[in-house]
Amino acid sequence: MSARDNILGKLRAVIPGQIPVAPDEAISTHYASLPRTAKASLAQEFSEKITAWHAEVHAVPRDQWVDKVKAVLAEKQINTLLYAPATAHGKALTHAGINGLLAYDQPIEGWKQELFEGVDAAITGTRGAIAETGTMIVWPDADEPRLMSLVPPIHIALVDADTIVPTLYDAITGQNWSAGLPTNALLITGPSKTADIQQTLAYGAHGPKELIVILLTGEAAQ
Amino acid sequence: MTTQPLQFVPGSEFKRRAAKVVADPFLKKSFRGAMDFLMAKRAAQFPDPELLERQRTLAEHIRRYSLARMPQLLEQLEANLVKNGVKVHWAENSDEANAIILGICRQHDAKLMVKGKSMVSEEVELNHAMDAAGIDALESDMGEYIVQLAGEKPSHIIMPAIHKTKQDIAKLFAEKVPGVAYTEDVDALIQVGRDVLRKKFMDADIGLSGVNFAVAETGSLCLVENEGNGRMCTTVPDVHIAITGIEKVVEKLEHVVPLYGLLTRSATGQAITTYFNVITGPRREGEKDGPREMHLVLVDNGRSQAYADEQLRQTLQCIRCGACMNHCPVYTRIGGHAYGTTYPGPIGKIVSPHMMGLAATHVLPGASTLCGACGEVCPVKIPIPDLLIRLREEATHDAKPGHAPLVGQGAGKTTFASLAFKGFAFLYSRPALYRTFVWAATRFRFLTPGKQAGWTDSRTPLKPAAKSLRDLLAERENRGS
Repeated sequence: MSARDNILGKLRAVIPGQIPVAPDEAISTHYASLPRTAKASLAQEFSEKITAWHAEVHAVPRDQWVDKVKAVLAEKQINTLLYAPATAHGKALTHAGINGLLAYDQPIEGWKQELFEGVDAAITGTRGAIAETGTMIVWPDADEPRLMSLVPPIHIALVDADTIVPTLYDAITGQNWSAGLPTNALLITGPSKTADIQQTLAYGAHGPKELIVILLTGEAAQ
Repeated sequence: MTTQPLQFVPGSEFKRRAAKVVADPFLKKSFRGAMDFLMAKRAAQFPDPELLERQRTLAEHIRRYSLARMPQLLEQLEANLVKNGVKVHWAENSDEANAIILGICRQHDAKLMVKGKSMVSEEVELNHAMDAAGIDALESDMGEYIVQLAGEKPSHIIMPAIHKTKQDIAKLFAEKVPGVAYTEDVDALIQVGRDVLRKKFMDADIGLSGVNFAVAETGSLCLVENEGNGRMCTTVPDVHIAITGIEKVVEKLEHVVPLYGLLTRSATGQAITTYFNVITGPRREGEKDGPREMHLVLVDNGRSQAYADEQLRQTLQCIRCGACMNHCPVYTRIGGHAYGTTYPGPIGKIVSPHMMGLAATHVLPGASTLCGACGEVCPVKIPIPDLLIRLREEATHDAKPGHAPLVGQGAGKTTFASLAFKGFAFLYSRPALYRTFVWAATRFRFLTPGKQAGWTDSRTPLKPAAKSLRDLLAERENRGS
């Protein structure tokens, strides 16, 4: 008998008593009963909440985000910016001819040390955001790898105001996450932090010390 | 039943250690302060008691449903993980879990393992097993790193280094980390840990993590954290090993949402953590990072014993938030180390007997005032006080007919106590004898000794009253008429 058979055998031998009904309906009823943020206020709520989590938020019209990125790079004295050249926003950055762009275009094995020690910041897109908690949904893939939002000391994230939903439950059910999860779906709420020393909050424990959110609002120019 | 390799403290040791902390004003103050802070932060997250009650009822429902279907969900989880390219292993006890992980390390000729926070890895004493095999297993959660550097164990399941002041940590770093000068600046101390551990993330062969929720339907592992070290451990090294208790399985991703919301609010009073990490398999074709190999070790280690009994099964509802210890008057006074178990506080008292047997733990369910605070704050409504009473009973009695004995059943029985209770029952069920006894006890109360076994060590001696309650009531009735 394998450990698997032994464990499952012991569990199956138990008469489970009354099995509760599936909680799906109770969960959806619960979330439906809570007060909902109006669509028009979602961006503001998200912005306030993530600011409270120590992120810096810059709201800009949709067609001016590249200029805002340039301004942030200058202000923060960022010399190398890691980016994903194959994404739509990556193409826009390439096109804009920003200095110090560094493409994440090879497997980590080939340049681990450079990634850890030689990159000032990274810029990524997001799949959406959650107003209730001030949270970004990040969906890494082959073009925009997982470590971009983790290793560099500054993470710049593009959030489209139209993609903000009220709650995590809305995001998971509305976007049907279960039908196709990436290797690593992420919720990110502020920069990395810890309170492990005498309950004193410190930022930049292992991940980014700063999170800069560029919130794209209004009509696109084209 | 396989023997457990765990180190534990016997009952006498528990009392000695508890007394030591109670007598240490600094430790006592540091725990008191930390617990007050955590209690206030949690309370601020739940301003509406009626809403909290609805949330707890919902979370309890989800956990009970998941447990009721646990065998099917575990199989579904396994099938979907395998489909996603994850290797699934099962371990009945600590030895098996460590052997599986060591086997994977050997396959990869691993020298260095970086670890994200995992209480199950503490439970199976993985670090010792790795150490014995010559593999460096390094904790990377800041609190865990501090505790490991000091050669200690975590004193709290969420805040492992809660017993240490920043002065302690400043001294520790200056002594143990080469090239670091003494500083009490918390940001500087965190920077020290960050610098040391970043190098280790780069060099590690294996990343190990725990699991907060395992989702059967999608074959996903959810990790909750603030620091980012969990993401480092699960993304940078080429091999990721996750370890978890079998009770962490839930059916769907939607079921995680209410549990996650209560977990972080109950634990540290945060509405959400910095990172929520849903991992669904190793690096896919064309991806540029993430581990190329991924394993999950499912650990029983006594959980199936709790599962077998409908009342004790409620122990497995736990989502490891630590609110019960934050609100426990005993934990607050004696701290986490006195218990001598991996999981301290109220949850530790009800879960450890299944992991380590009652012979090693029978004193723990008794170390409670039964004030009920733990049960009231539990986000998944585990009736902890009821389970403490139940385990006291199991620790001092044989198994009830038709019930399988627990490991260490009746280990807390003493001849003195059973004789005392037999005498008590004999006396109190015979009215004539009882009246004689009361008559004698009230008349000869001056004969009661000043020293009464352990009772008078820290309390005043017991003495019968001059008049029995029956006599007092009779007098009152006479006066009234």
